Amino acid sequence: MLKIIRNLVLFFCASFLLLSCGQGGSGKKSETLEKTKKAGFLNCGVSQGLAGFSNADEAGNWTGIDVDVCRAVAAAVLGDSQKVKFFPLSAKERFESLKSKQIDVLSRNTTWTLTRDAELGLTFVGVNFYDGQGFMVTKASGMRSTDDFVSGMSVCTNIGTTTELNLADFMARKKIDYKLVGFEKADEARDTYGAGRCDAYTTDKSGLAAQRTALPSPDDHVVLPETISKEPLGPVVRQGDAIWEDIVRWSLNVMIEAEEYGVTSKNADSLKSSDNPAHKKILGVEDDMGLKLGLDNDWGYRIITQVGNYGEVYKRHLQDSGILPGGRGDNELWTNGGVLYVPPLR
Amino acid sequence: MDNRRKKIVIQSVLLLSIASLFAFFAINAQINMSNRGLQFGYDFLGREASFDIQFSLIEYSRSSSYFRAYLVGLINTVLVAFFGIVFATILGVTVGIARLSKNYLINKFASAYIELFRNLPLLLQIFFWYYAALRLLPLPQDSEALFFNFYLTIKAFYTPALIWENLHIFIYFLIISIVLIFFLRRYAKNIQEKEGRQIPVFLISLILLLFIPFLSFLIGGTNVDIELPVLKKLSKTTYIFEGGLAIPPEFIALLAALSLYTATFIAECVRAGIMGVGKGQKEAASSLGLNTQQILKLVVMPQALRIIIPPTTNQYLNLTKNSSLASAIAYPDLALVFTGTALMQTGKAIEIVSMVMFTYLALSIFTSILMNWYNKKMAIKEK
Repeated sequence: MLKIIRNLVLFFCASFLLLSCGQGGSGKKSETLEKTKKAGFLNCGVSQGLAGFSNADEAGNWTGIDVDVCRAVAAAVLGDSQKVKFFPLSAKERFESLKSKQIDVLSRNTTWTLTRDAELGLTFVGVNFYDGQGFMVTKASGMRSTDDFVSGMSVCTNIGTTTELNLADFMARKKIDYKLVGFEKADEARDTYGAGRCDAYTTDKSGLAAQRTALPSPDDHVVLPETISKEPLGPVVRQGDAIWEDIVRWSLNVMIEAEEYGVTSKNADSLKSSDNPAHKKILGVEDDMGLKLGLDNDWGYRIITQVGNYGEVYKRHLQDSGILPGGRGDNELWTNGGVLYVPPLR
Repeated sequence: MDNRRKKIVIQSVLLLSIASLFAFFAINAQINMSNRGLQFGYDFLGREASFDIQFSLIEYSRSSSYFRAYLVGLINTVLVAFFGIVFATILGVTVGIARLSKNYLINKFASAYIELFRNLPLLLQIFFWYYAALRLLPLPQDSEALFFNFYLTIKAFYTPALIWENLHIFIYFLIISIVLIFFLRRYAKNIQEKEGRQIPVFLISLILLLFIPFLSFLIGGTNVDIELPVLKKLSKTTYIFEGGLAIPPEFIALLAALSLYTATFIAECVRAGIMGVGKGQKEAASSLGLNTQQILKLVVMPQALRIIIPPTTNQYLNLTKNSSLASAIAYPDLALVFTGTALMQTGKAIEIVSMVMFTYLALSIFTSILMNWYNKKMAIKEK
C-alpha cells in the first residue's frame, strides 16, 4: 500500500516537473513588452526638433518619419498608434535615456556604427533613412564645393556625434586647419552659423535640408554637393530583450515590405481578400506572423492602416512638406533603384 | 557602558553604514552594467580620440588620446578659472570699497552694479554675453581696430602676439629681480626697526623689476618680436585675421560673465570685512596722524582680511565650478570636452564622470589650501 502511494507521488512530481519545464520553454518573456502593455503607452525617445524626422508643432503634436516608427510599434503592440509618449532628447542624453529604461525605443535619426552597437549595450534594429554627411555654406561666400575650403575657416556642428568624428577625418585628409565650434544642441549650432561666427555648418544632409528652412533667409544658404560619409539612421533598443528587438525590427520592416507589394493604408481593407500570399502574410490572413512575434495577427494591418507604408510616411513628412522634395535617392526600394531591401515576411 | 565605549560604538556603526552605502551603490552599478553587457575600465583613455578641439594651449590633434583631450579640457578650465579669479578679485575689491565711499554717486553706482549682476542667474548672463552681446560684433572685414592693432570681431578677439626668442633667460632674470626685491623688503624692514628711517622700497623695487629683465635683452640674448594680426581673405566673403593671438569669443563671454558675477559676491565680502573692523580703530589711527590711504592699508585691511579671506575662498571655488557652464556656449573646457564629447563617444559614463568629479575636487582643494596658507600669513598675531 505504501509502495503504491510512494509511486503515485513520484509520478505526480515527475509530471509536474516536466510540465513546468514545458511552460518555461514556450512561455516567452519580454520584460519590455510586458511593461509597455501594462503601462498602456510606448515610451519613445525622439529629437528636440528636426523637421521631417521628429518635430512638435505649437499644440504639442509630434510628426516625422522617426515619430512614425514609434507609432507603428504602438499600433502593433497596443493597437493604437496614438498611444505614444515622446521624450525629446539631446545627443548627450539619448543613449543614457535608453540604457536607464526611461524610454524603450530610441527613434532619433541615430547613425548605426560598430562602436555604438558593441560598446553601449544597445542594438540597432534597422535603417529607416539612408543618409550622408554634408556641408552648408552661404551663397555669398562663393564656395561651391568642399575643394574651396581653406585653412583658418571655422565650422559649427554638434558635439558627441558621428558628425564631429567624420568632420575631423575629412579635414585631416584634406590637410585643412580648421576651428571646430561644437554645441550640444542643433539649434545653437545652426544659429551660430547663421550669425556669421562660422563659415560652414555640417551635419547629415537631411538635417541640413531641415535646418535650412529654419534659418532667417533660407535662400542665402546652399548645401554643397559632396557627401563625406555613410549615415544609416535607424531605431535603437536595449540589448538583451530579443523579443522586443524583433517586434521593433519587424514593425519597421513590414512598412517597407508593404510598399514593395503595393499595400497602402487606402487599399489594405480590400487587399485582405487578395490572392497574393505576400498580401495575406502582411495583413495577417495566413501564416500567423503576429503570433510568432508575440503579438496578435492584425499587427501588420494596424500598422499600415493607422500609420501607412514606408512610401506614404516618407511622402507625407519629407516630400510634401518641402524638406526633401524630388526623388528619394538611396531611400527608394531596391526594385526602384534604391537600397531599401528588407528580409521577406515569411 | 562607559562613555568612551559608547562613542566608539556609535562612530563605528556610522562608519559601517556609510561604507555599506558605498558598497551597495558599487555592487548595484556592477550588476547592472554586467547585465547590459557594459564593461568598466579606464583603458579607453589610451585610445585615439578622433575629434578635434577648437582651442588648446598644448599640442592636440584628432589622433591624440582621450587622456590628452582630458588634459586640454583641464588646462582650458584652469585658464578661464585663473583669469576669472584675477579679474573678479580686482573688480570685487574695487567695487566693495566703492560701496563704502562717502561720495553718493560712486556709492549708488556700485550698489546698482552689485544688485543687478548678483541677482541674475549666471547661465542667463553667459547666454547674454555669448548670444546677445558678442553676436552683434562685426565680421573681420568690416571691423575697425579698437586701438593700435586690437580687433574685436565676431570670430575672435585678435591681438598682436609677442614672439620670444630665449624666453627662459628672460624668466630667469625676472626671478632674480623678484628675489632681490624680496631681500630688499626684508632689509628695509630691519633698517626701519633698528634705525627708524624708511627706504623708498617701492621705487627701488620698480627700478629693479624694470631694469634686470631688461638686462636679459642686452646680455642674455632674448629677443621679442611683435606679430600683428593681418586681414586675410579665405574666400569671397570669408576673412580672418592671420598672425597674432586669436582669443575665441566663447572664452571672452565666459570670462566676462564669471568675473562680473563673482565680483559682486567678493565685493560684499570685502564690504563686510571692512565694516567689521571696529570704528574705534579708524578713529585711533587718524588721531595718530595717518591719512585715509594709510589707515586703510596699515590698520583696517589687515584686520578686515581675516574676515574677508574665508568667504572669498568660497567664491573662488564657486567660480572654478561655475566655469563648467562653458558647455552651454561651446568653450572647450573639461566639462564640454570630457563629460560632453568623450562621454557621448565612448558611453563610459561612470568612469568619465568620476574622473571629472575628482578633478574638480582636486582643483578646489588646491585652491583652498593656497588661500588658507595666505590667510594664516595675513592673520595678525593677537597678543
